[in-house]
Amino acid sequence: MTAYLMKRILVLIPLMIGITLITFSVIHLAPGEPVEMQMAMNPKVGKEARERLTKFYGLDKPLHEQYFSWVGHIVRLDLGRSFSSDGRPVVDKIKERLPVTISLNVIALLLEFGLAIPIGVLAATRRDTWLDKGITVFVFVGFAVPTFWLALLLMYFFGVKLGWLPISGLHTLGSDSWGTGRYLWDLATHLIMPVMVASFGSLAGLSRYMRSAMLNVISQDYITTARAKGLSERVVIWKHALRNALLPLITLLGFSIPGLIGGSVIFETIFAIPGMGQLFYQGVMSRDYPVVMGILVIGAFLTLVGNLIADLCYAFADPRIRHGEG
Amino acid sequence: MMAFKHTYFSAIFWPRMRRNRLALCGGSIVLALFFVSLLAPVLAPFDPSAINAYAVLSPPTWHHWFGTDELGRDVLSRVLYGSRVSLKVGFVAVGIAVSIGTVVGLVSGYFSGLVDAVLMRAVDVMLCFPAFFLILAIITFLEPSIWYIMMVIGLTGWMGVARLVRAETLSIREMDYILAARCIGCSNTRIIFHHILPNAVSPVLVSATLGIAGAILTESALSFLGIGVQPPTPSWGNILTSGKDYIEFAWWLSLFPGLAILVTVLSYNLFGEGIRDALDPRVKR
Repeated sequence: MTAYLMKRILVLIPLMIGITLITFSVIHLAPGEPVEMQMAMNPKVGKEARERLTKFYGLDKPLHEQYFSWVGHIVRLDLGRSFSSDGRPVVDKIKERLPVTISLNVIALLLEFGLAIPIGVLAATRRDTWLDKGITVFVFVGFAVPTFWLALLLMYFFGVKLGWLPISGLHTLGSDSWGTGRYLWDLATHLIMPVMVASFGSLAGLSRYMRSAMLNVISQDYITTARAKGLSERVVIWKHALRNALLPLITLLGFSIPGLIGGSVIFETIFAIPGMGQLFYQGVMSRDYPVVMGILVIGAFLTLVGNLIADLCYAFADPRIRHGEG
Repeated sequence: MMAFKHTYFSAIFWPRMRRNRLALCGGSIVLALFFVSLLAPVLAPFDPSAINAYAVLSPPTWHHWFGTDELGRDVLSRVLYGSRVSLKVGFVAVGIAVSIGTVVGLVSGYFSGLVDAVLMRAVDVMLCFPAFFLILAIITFLEPSIWYIMMVIGLTGWMGVARLVRAETLSIREMDYILAARCIGCSNTRIIFHHILPNAVSPVLVSATLGIAGAILTESALSFLGIGVQPPTPSWGNILTSGKDYIEFAWWLSLFPGLAILVTVLSYNLFGEGIRDALDPRVKR
C-alpha cells in the first residue's frame, strides 16, 4: 500500500506543474501587455492596483522569471489581492467561501450516491421491465436538462407558486437571533433546492453507470454459484453482487468532482449562495483577475486531491490494484 | 464518412439503426432543427428584435404562441432564431474539439513512448480543471463573443476524444495491414491518416454527436450567466436570463427556451447512443 501511495503521489508532481503552466498561460491570453489590456477593460482599477499587479506577476521581467516568481507566490499560498474596493487577500476570500461550497457538494454527493445506487440496482435486476424503461427515460431526460433551467423551474414552482421554500441565500434575515432548532430548520429549507439542483446533474449518469456495472457483475460465475447454493436473491444481489458493482463507482466519484465544483458557479449564482462559485462569478463579472486566477488554481488542485482520494479508496477496496500491475 | 463502406452501411448499420425507434426519432428532430434554423426568417411570425410597447410580458396567446418578453418581443420568434446560435456553437465547438482530440489521440497512440506519456499527461492536466471554471476564466480575459465561446468550448473539450482515439489507435497499430503498409514503405503520416484514421473514426462520430449536445448545454449556461452570446442576439440561454428576472410574473419566458434546449440535447443524445449501439457488434437488438 505504501509503495502504491508513493507512486500515486509522485504522479501528482507533473500534474501540478501542468496546472500552473496552463493557469499561467491563461493570464497571458489577453493580447498585448496583460496590464494594459486589463486596465483598458476594467476602468475601475486604479494606478496603485495596477502597480501591485505588475509586481505580483512580475510583468516587467522576462517570461520564465515571471512564471517562477508567480509559482513562488502560489506555493506560499499567496494569491495576490482582490481588485475590489476592500482589496483583501484572495486567499482569505476563498477561505471563507470554501466551506460552504464543499459542504453543499458533499451533501449533494451523498444524496446522488444514495439515490443512484438503488436506482441502478433496480433497473439492472428488473431488466427490460417497465420499471427499467421508465428509469432509462428518466436518465435520458436527466442528461438533457440544463441545471440552471431546472433551478428556475423549482424556484417558480416551490418558491413562487407554492411559497414553500425560500429562493435565495442560506439564511432568513435576522435568523441569527433564533434558537438552534429554528436556525437549523431555516438553513435546511434554504438548502433543499440548491442540493436538488446540484445532485440532479450527475444523478442520471451515475444511475446508468450503476445499472451497467450491476448487469456486468450479475452475469459472472460467482453469482451463479451463490444462487446455486441456495442463497436468497436479496442476499445475492445486495451483498454479493453490489460490492463488486460498487468498485467502478469509486473512480466515478473522482471524475464527478470537477463537474460538481464547476456546477457550483451555476447554482450558487442562481440561489445567491455565498460560496466559492458565487465568488468566482462575481470575479468574472467585475474582471477581478486575482480572484479568478486564484479560484482557477484552487479548483484544479481540489480536483487533483479529490482524484487522489478516489484512487486511494479504490486501492483500499480492491487488492488487485494495490498489489497488481496497476 | 469514409469509415462506412456502402455495403457495411446498407447491410449492417442501417438495418440495426432502423429498428431503434428512439434513435430515429432523435435523428429526425436533429434534422428538423437544421431546417428550423435555416428557415428561421420564414418560420418566425415576428422580427425577433421588434420591440412592442403594447405587448410587454404578454402570456401565450393566439397572436404570440410563446408569449412576449419584457420588451414586448415575440418569444417564439426569438426561440426559433436562438436555434441558429445553438447549432453554430454546437458544430464549430465540437469540430475544434474533435480535430484536436483526433490528432492528439492518433499521434499519442501511434508513436507511444515519450510522446504518448507527455500528451497523456497533458490530457490529465486539462481534466483537472473544472471545464466550466476554465471557460469562465478564459472568457474573462477576452470580450464575450460567439467566436471565442466556440473556440474556448472546443479547446477545453478535446480530452475525451483524444483518449478514445488513442485506445483505438493502439489496437489498430498491431494489425497486420499496418505491418503490410510499413513493409511497402508507407510514411508514418500516410499510415496514420490513410490506414489508421478511417478505422478509428466511428467511435469519434458517436462522441461528436454527444459532444454537440454538451456544447449546446454549455453555451446556454454561459449565455444564461451573461458571459455568452450577448443580447440583442437571441440565444436560448440569454432568453432564460430574462426568464429568471421575471420569474414571478412570466413563467413562459422560462418554460419555452428551456424546453427547446431539453428537446435538442435529448435528440442529439438519443441519436448518438443509437449510432453507438448500431456500430457495436456486441449489442444485440
